[in-house]
Amino acid sequence: MSATTKGVTPYYYVPAPSRHPVMTSIGLFFVILGAGQWVNGHGWGAYALLFGLLWTVFVLRQWFGEAAGEAEAGMLSDRVDVSHRWSMAWFIFSEVMFFAAFFGALYWARTQSVPSLGSLENALLWPDFKGIWPSSGAGATGSPAGIVEPFQTMGPWPLPTINTGLLLTSGVTLTIAHHALIANQRAKAIGWMWITVLLGTVFLFCQGYEYAHAYSELNLKLSSGIYGSTFYMLTGFHGFHVFVGTIMLLVMTIRLMKGHFTPERHFGFEGAAWYWHFVDVVWLGLYFIVYWM
Amino acid sequence: MSAVLHPGGHGHGHDDHAHDDHHHAPHGWRRWVFATNHKDIGTLYMLFAFTMLMIGGVLALLIRLELFQPGLQFVNPELFNQFTTMHGLIMVFGAIMPAFVGFANWMIPLQIGAGDMAFARMNNFSFWLMIPAAIMLVASFFMPGGAPAAGWTLYAPLTLQMGPSMDAGIFAMHILGASSIMGSINIVVTILNMRAPGMTLMKMPMFVWTWLITAYLLIAVMPVLAGAITMTLTDRHFGTSFFNPAGGGDPIMYQHVFWFFGHPEVYIMILPAFGIVSQIIPAFARKRLFGYASMVYATASIAILSFIVWAHHMYTTGMPLTGQLFFMYATMLISVPTGVKVFNWIATMWRGSMTFETPMLWAVGFIFVFTMGGFTGLILSMAPIDINLQDTYYVVAHFHYVLVAGSLFAMFAGVYYWGPKWTGVMYSEGRGKFHFWGSLVTFNITFFPMHFLGMAGMPRRYADYPLQFADFNMIASIGALGFGLMQVYFFLFVVVPMMRGKGAKAPQKPWEAAEGLEWEVPSPAPFHTFETPPTLDVTATKVLKF
Amino acid sequence: MATTVALAVNDLPGGPGVRQMDFQTPATQIAAEQHWLHVVMMVICGVICLAVFGVMFYSIIKHRKSKGHKPANFHESIAVEIAWTIVPFVIVIGMGAMATKTVVAMKDTTNADVTIKATGYQWKWGYDYLKGEGEGISFLQTLDTTQRAMSDAGKPEGDNYLLKVDNPLVVPVGKKIRIITTANDVIHAWMIPAFGVKQDAIPGFVRDTWFRAERTGDFYGQCAELCGKEHAYMPIHVKVVTDAEYTTWVAGEKKKLAALADDPAKEWKLPDLIARGEKVYANNCAACHQANGKGAGPIKPLDASPVVLDADKGKQIAVLLHGQNNGAMPAWKQLSDTEIAAVITYTKNSWSNKTEQIVQPAEVVAARK
Ligand code: HEA
Ligand code: HEA
Ligand code: CUA
Ligand SMILES: [Cu+2]
Repeated sequence: MSATTKGVTPYYYVPAPSRHPVMTSIGLFFVILGAGQWVNGHGWGAYALLFGLLWTVFVLRQWFGEAAGEAEAGMLSDRVDVSHRWSMAWFIFSEVMFFAAFFGALYWARTQSVPSLGSLENALLWPDFKGIWPSSGAGATGSPAGIVEPFQTMGPWPLPTINTGLLLTSGVTLTIAHHALIANQRAKAIGWMWITVLLGTVFLFCQGYEYAHAYSELNLKLSSGIYGSTFYMLTGFHGFHVFVGTIMLLVMTIRLMKGHFTPERHFGFEGAAWYWHFVDVVWLGLYFIVYWM
Repeated sequence: MSAVLHPGGHGHGHDDHAHDDHHHAPHGWRRWVFATNHKDIGTLYMLFAFTMLMIGGVLALLIRLELFQPGLQFVNPELFNQFTTMHGLIMVFGAIMPAFVGFANWMIPLQIGAGDMAFARMNNFSFWLMIPAAIMLVASFFMPGGAPAAGWTLYAPLTLQMGPSMDAGIFAMHILGASSIMGSINIVVTILNMRAPGMTLMKMPMFVWTWLITAYLLIAVMPVLAGAITMTLTDRHFGTSFFNPAGGGDPIMYQHVFWFFGHPEVYIMILPAFGIVSQIIPAFARKRLFGYASMVYATASIAILSFIVWAHHMYTTGMPLTGQLFFMYATMLISVPTGVKVFNWIATMWRGSMTFETPMLWAVGFIFVFTMGGFTGLILSMAPIDINLQDTYYVVAHFHYVLVAGSLFAMFAGVYYWGPKWTGVMYSEGRGKFHFWGSLVTFNITFFPMHFLGMAGMPRRYADYPLQFADFNMIASIGALGFGLMQVYFFLFVVVPMMRGKGAKAPQKPWEAAEGLEWEVPSPAPFHTFETPPTLDVTATKVLKF
Repeated sequence: MATTVALAVNDLPGGPGVRQMDFQTPATQIAAEQHWLHVVMMVICGVICLAVFGVMFYSIIKHRKSKGHKPANFHESIAVEIAWTIVPFVIVIGMGAMATKTVVAMKDTTNADVTIKATGYQWKWGYDYLKGEGEGISFLQTLDTTQRAMSDAGKPEGDNYLLKVDNPLVVPVGKKIRIITTANDVIHAWMIPAFGVKQDAIPGFVRDTWFRAERTGDFYGQCAELCGKEHAYMPIHVKVVTDAEYTTWVAGEKKKLAALADDPAKEWKLPDLIARGEKVYANNCAACHQANGKGAGPIKPLDASPVVLDADKGKQIAVLLHGQNNGAMPAWKQLSDTEIAAVITYTKNSWSNKTEQIVQPAEVVAARK
């Protein structure tokens, strides 16, 4: 773009034509094509999906690499920085709404569908069903039609609580890293970032272990009626966000190690941190609503 | 040809601030495929939307062809349902929404004095994401079992019975949702952060305001739709029971989640239309927009209310009494801010000095016909009446009045109004007027009789119907063909000549009393505008210094 | 051609009229109230339209540049703007208040004289008289087959085209009839316009509505929720009769039911059971799985299906009793034990399936436990 204002930083940096967007779209085309075929039992779909994912990741790496390069080259004025802040904030808001859909499903199941399936009028259809939550309690069949095998629910002890601790701690370590960056103590920042990434990774492992435990010992599955559906959808969708957030933090750590960011200017870092805190907050909601209530 | 297609061809007005140190846009296909220029991306959006309008329109004509007479003549009922579903999906997600994003891309930076959209590359990404999605949607006709046939609302559990195309459709909608969210974030940030100094929020053109609010609606509800169809996907393939009562789920939950998205969605499709009309009426009445502030508040009220009315689509699902009453009252309330808008437009016209060039014709036509659609909406919002009308052709009539005569008419108005700015070429008034009158008449021939059909009890999504409904259906089908032909005429005799640069050269400001920064740059708008913020006068409608 | 069709058709009492431009003639108090509400709404909206567009067209005609009209300069007026916010608000409140009484009345399904369960199937209606005179009666209501054939041929005729059914729902006049709706597979909607009744039938849930017909006669409606390919072909026909006629009908129906009842303990012979199963199949399964058992699109074929051919008969019995694929294949437990046994036996011995297996009703009885 034109460098009409003083200095090298343009008033508002507008990137030159770029092939990244269209290349990413091509990758995503294979993703949706492959995923759509794969779930319908076509083996080649899995390959198309994998190919699309690899392609997308590869292109995104280039894209983000280029964007990071622009930031480091001082192309981004304060105004662009503000744009980044607004956009990250509203992106997180859209994620909140995405979660809201699944929390809404849980709310509906607990307050509306399960009670009314077990209500007096509905006894006409499901005479033996008791509308209690969790739908595996004593005397309940787990599902009105009895199609669900008996299962146990997942309590807050011990893994989810450990996970809560992990995530809360990671929020603290991330903040320490951030303060270190602001204080221009780069080595310290990098160290705390690695700890944060590690905490995120351990969280994911714990969750993986929890799922394995749920499947093998509690017989709690995706197919365990509405309880299993909401449990796995909420925790799984959250877990996916932790995964993405961990990768973001990892990238930021690597960028820190490459000498990116300045104590004054590091929105890439901050954006990832916002995202991480958001994931944290959602977890607290999950922890209380899914595991305790 | 115009600058739209040839970026090098800057106009040479005195205020052309193009300097030699500009990048000149690349030529050839790269210019479009790799575009980061908001005007180019806007053009891409509009062309895409128009293509989808044609595809959706051909599907509509196939529907009308089958319904031309009772009995099955051309398609089997399964295929008919696919037509209906894909017509709805393509029109809503492929035609109307992208077209408005196209308008936003072209006009918002011009209107607020910004150099481009806040995130130019992401802007291109939003556009190119729609292509795989559109390919998947259209390709689903050729998948085993055909396209999804569960209605555009994709109600569970019917969606659970659909073939593989349903998954293609779900993933396509995910991608479209991502595109919309990114596009909206881009728009919000552009508006909040890139206004030229002096362009305070309450001085922004109405179109910008309506899009700001629309973008918020999109950010809030597109993810909810994604959630709904994700649950459909897992119910279909991963054994979950969200919508399966046998496992404790509830098909009605789908409807709640869907309409929590769906109702704001219909305002997403109308608010930018309100914005366009609010620009045009003052320009041709030669009088400032009446009640600017109340227009802004009314738009915001509509948006906020739109979150608490969704269950008016569900009166017949058997809600509790209190639910039915609540949603009835809340829905009716939306008439109040909408009414404010209508009154303000008329007050703007009142004691103006009006001329009726094509954009104004469309805008006035919009007010008239949209209001009729609004009133049928109000009638539908009365639960006792809706019990009779729900899922009948009355609803079909209602929403085509607000969507076709509302959104689409406003878009035509916008194309005629800003087209000269985009292409540098004036359209032909005669052709524009013919397009307007022809469309207005055939539109009413098509959709007015549907009110009668619905009141007499003809359900929608029917491939065949009792003989008593034959005549009105026939009239509607004839009208639909006429309406379709008018749009082909529009494309061939208005759009194509403009794009090819045939016609009188457009002045910088073709409309005597039009206000706004877009008229401060030459026609066609140069490839780059407002790269550094202009200095504005106190009304923020004139540039004092580039 | 269509005009000749139109000429050949007359108004259908209790159903749509030719070129009818209004609601169907109300046959219940509720429908009359709805009709009245609609008239009031039309009047209010009409008046508002006249006022608003009166002003608009006056302005369009008078305030033109070509007439030399000079633009005025005003562009806001708090007073006017508040007025045209308050006035519509008040109007809207009035409308809401008017409608409330009817909503409350519509929702009051208590104290019914006769309670009937209406179950939506793809694509027919099942009725069970649950309470009141006629309790125990149960039958299916399907579109008359000639209608579907006429539709396919593109040569429709008759005033009750697509509305003619095999077994109308019979109810007494002047009695409060409560309809409990539910569905077996996907959502349907039970509607009779003349009664002002439309209620979705939701699988797994019960909902209810009611009507009290004020005159005898035939009343027609159609399924009003998209339910798959034959959505346009599952009409509803309610016959409202006098009390005396109703009592006679109930008695006749009871006799028929007694004659039809099967003894689930009976041991069947293979050919008899196959013959019985063929009918059950045609009535219930062929809509999706096709008469040739080949299925269509996402619908699985039964011909050469591993589950059907499996030596373990329990597998197929379980599918019929509980459904499969999240209800994409619905449960058919409402069929009698004999019917289920028969239709399984039929599929196991039809088309290319030659298992010679026989499933006795007793086995179904056992599996139900
Ligand atoms: C652009 C899209 C759009 C818009 C703007 C609207 C606007 C409105 N709609 Fe509509 N609607 C749809 C698109 C839209 N709708 C679609 C697509 C469907 C069907 C979906 C499906 O099932 O497939 C639908 C369905 C639909 C239903 C469900 C019908 C059913 O399925 O049974 C209802 C019920 O309440 C409804 C109500 C309303 C109301 C009250 C408004 C109001 O916003 C209208 C307000 C406007 C006015 C009232 C006119 C102007 C006002 C004045 C001049 C002031 C004076 C007025 C008074 C004092 C009253 N709509
Ligand atoms: C969003 C915008 C939108 C638009 C613009 C339209 C435009 C039209 N719609 Fe649409 N419609 C919907 C949204 C829209 N519709 C939705 C959401 C539904 C509900 C779907 C559902 O139930 O799930 C619906 C349903 C719907 C139905 C009910 C179907 C049913 O219930 O089974 C009908 C029936 O007449 C119909 C007709 C039309 C017609 C005639 C047009 C006309 O305006 C179209 C005009 C035609 C063109 C613009 C095309 C011009 C091109 C040509 C003429 C090319 C000719 C080419 C050759 C001959 C080679 N629509
Ligand atoms: Cu049953 Cu539509
Ligand atoms: Cu709505």
